[in-house]
Amino acid sequence: MTPSLRYRVFIHASALLVSVVILAPFAWMVLASVSTPGDLIARPYHWWPQDATLSRYSAIVHGSGTDVASAFRQSIVNSTIVAGATVVISTVVGVLGGYAFAMLRFRFRRVTLLVFLVTYMLPPIALLIPLYLMLSALGLINTKLGLIVVYCAYVTPFVLWILANYFLTLPAELEEAARVDGCSRLGALWRVMLPIARPGLFATIMFAFLLAWDEFLYALIFTSTGAAKTIPVAIADFSGRYDTDFGLVASGGLIASVPPVLLAIAFQRYVVGGLAGGAVKG
Amino acid sequence: MADLAQDLVTTHGVSPPGSAPPPTQRKWTRRPGWTATLMLLPAAVVVFGVVVYPMLRTLLISFFEVNSAVATSTPFVGLRNYADILADRAFWSSVGRTLYFTVVSTGLELTFGMAIALLLNAPLRLRWLFRAIVVLPWALPTVVNGAMWRGVLNAQYGSLNALLTQLHVLPDYHSWLGTPFSALNMLVIADVWKTTPLVAFFLLSGLQSIAPDIYESARVDGAGPVRSFWSLTLPLLLPSVSIVLILRTIDAFKVFDLVYVLTGGGPANGTQTIAFFTYAQAFSNQRFGFGSALADVIVACILVLSAIYLRALRRGEMSVL
Repeated sequence: MTPSLRYRVFIHASALLVSVVILAPFAWMVLASVSTPGDLIARPYHWWPQDATLSRYSAIVHGSGTDVASAFRQSIVNSTIVAGATVVISTVVGVLGGYAFAMLRFRFRRVTLLVFLVTYMLPPIALLIPLYLMLSALGLINTKLGLIVVYCAYVTPFVLWILANYFLTLPAELEEAARVDGCSRLGALWRVMLPIARPGLFATIMFAFLLAWDEFLYALIFTSTGAAKTIPVAIADFSGRYDTDFGLVASGGLIASVPPVLLAIAFQRYVVGGLAGGAVKG
Repeated sequence: MADLAQDLVTTHGVSPPGSAPPPTQRKWTRRPGWTATLMLLPAAVVVFGVVVYPMLRTLLISFFEVNSAVATSTPFVGLRNYADILADRAFWSSVGRTLYFTVVSTGLELTFGMAIALLLNAPLRLRWLFRAIVVLPWALPTVVNGAMWRGVLNAQYGSLNALLTQLHVLPDYHSWLGTPFSALNMLVIADVWKTTPLVAFFLLSGLQSIAPDIYESARVDGAGPVRSFWSLTLPLLLPSVSIVLILRTIDAFKVFDLVYVLTGGGPANGTQTIAFFTYAQAFSNQRFGFGSALADVIVACILVLSAIYLRALRRGEMSVL
C-alpha cells in the first residue's frame, strides 16, 4: 500500500519545518562569522552581510603574537594533541579490556565491569577538587600531559563498555577457530576479532574523540594559559570577554565544530547503534 | 588480516557476523584469570588511579574545612559541611532550578524527539539529508552551542531580537537573559535544541526494533495511524523512553558547560544549577571542604540513578553485564 498524498505532504512539510528550526541559528552563526562588526550591530539588522569578510578566519589561521585570533589557533593545536593522544591511549587500553570482559570469564568480572561503568557515570564535578589538588602537587596543572591523563580516565570506561558490548555480538566460534588454528589470545584479537569489529571500532573512536574534544569543565579548571587551553575554554573566554565582536566567536566556534560535525555526519548510521549500546553522554 | 577472518568462515564453516543471530549462550573459557588480569591492567591503571583515589579523597576532604589549595591548617569538622549544605538556602534554590530545568527540558526533548524519530523512520525523500541535518546539533560542541545561543539571544545585536522586531512581534529589543526566570528558560531552549536529536536517534533505534507486522495486523483490525501510535508504538517504546528519562536526569546533575557560557550562573545567581553551584563554591569561594561535600551529595544521587539505569538496561537487550 502506498501512503496517501496527504500523508506524504504532511511528513515532508514537517521535516522541512524541523530542518529550518535546526539550521536557522546555525546559519546565522555562519553569516555572522563573515559579517563586518558594523553589519552585526546594525538596526534594522542586515541578514545578508553587505560586504562579506573572511578576515577573522585569516586572522585565526595566520595570526601571530598575542592577539585573540592566534590564541585561538594555539587552542586548536592543544585540543588536537590532547584529543588525539586521549583517543589513541583509551582505544588501545579499551580494546584489551573490552575483549577481556566479552571473551574471558574470570573472578570479580562483574564487579570490575560495574566499577568501570560507575566511573563512566560519575560527573566530572565529583572528581574536580581532588584532581585539582593532585595535579597541583604533581606540577601538571596547565599542561597538556595533565589533561591527557585526566581525559584518558574519563574516556576509557566509555570505550571499554561500548567495545565489550560490541565484541559480545560477534560470533565466538570465530575466535575459537582462530585459537584452534594456533593463534594466541592477542593474536586472535588482532588478526580475527579486530578486523570484523572494524565498524564498531571506528564508531567508538568517533565517540571517544567527540568526548575529548567537547570536554569543558576539567579543561576550564586545569588550564590557564595558551600552553594547554583547549578550544572549548578559548571559546568560553571569547564569548565572555569579546561580547561586541560576535563574529570572532562565531568563526572560532565554526572552526571548532568542523571535526566533530564531519565525523558525526560521516558516521551517522552508527549514531543509532552506538546510542543503543548505552553510549549516551549529554 | 580480514582475509584470515574470511578463511575461518570458509574452512571452519563459521557464519560471518552479519548473518549470524547474536549468540545468546556463550561458551566461556574457564581459565585462571591471568590473561584477563593482564588485559585489564592497562585500563585499570589508566582509570582507577585518576578516579578511585580522588573519589576517596573527595570523601575525606568533605569532613574537613579546607579553604585553599595550599592550606596549612585544615581542621576536622566531621559532618558539619553536610549540615551546612542542608541549611543552605542557595543550595536548595539550585536544586529547585535543576529540577525545573530537568523536567521541562526532558519533557520537551521527549515530545519533539518522538516526533523527529517518527519522521526519521517515515518514507521521506532525501532522508539522508534530513538525518545529516538532525545530527548537526548533537555534534556541535556544547560550548559552541552555548556561545551561539548567547549571540542569538543577545539584547543588543541578537538575531532573535532582529527577527522578532522585523516581523513586528516585538516593538523593541528584549533582554532575554535579563531576569533569572527568563534566563533559565533560555537555558532550556538551548538545551532542547542541542539534545532533542540525541533523544530522537535513541527513540529511532527503539522504533526500528518494532516488527512491522504488528502494524499490518493493526491495520487489518481497522486501527488508524493515530490509534496505532497510542496503543502500539508508544507502549512498545516505553523501555526506550524510561532509559532516556533516567539518562537525562543523570545528565541534569552535570549541566555546567551551557550555564557557564550562556548565563555564567546569573543574573543574580539565578541560573546556578547544582553542578554550577558546586563549582562556584569550591573554586570561586575556595570552599574545598564544602564543595567536596556537595560533590558527594551529587555522587550519591547519581549512584542511585545509575542503579535504576542498569536495571532498565539489563531488562532490555543482551549486555556484557
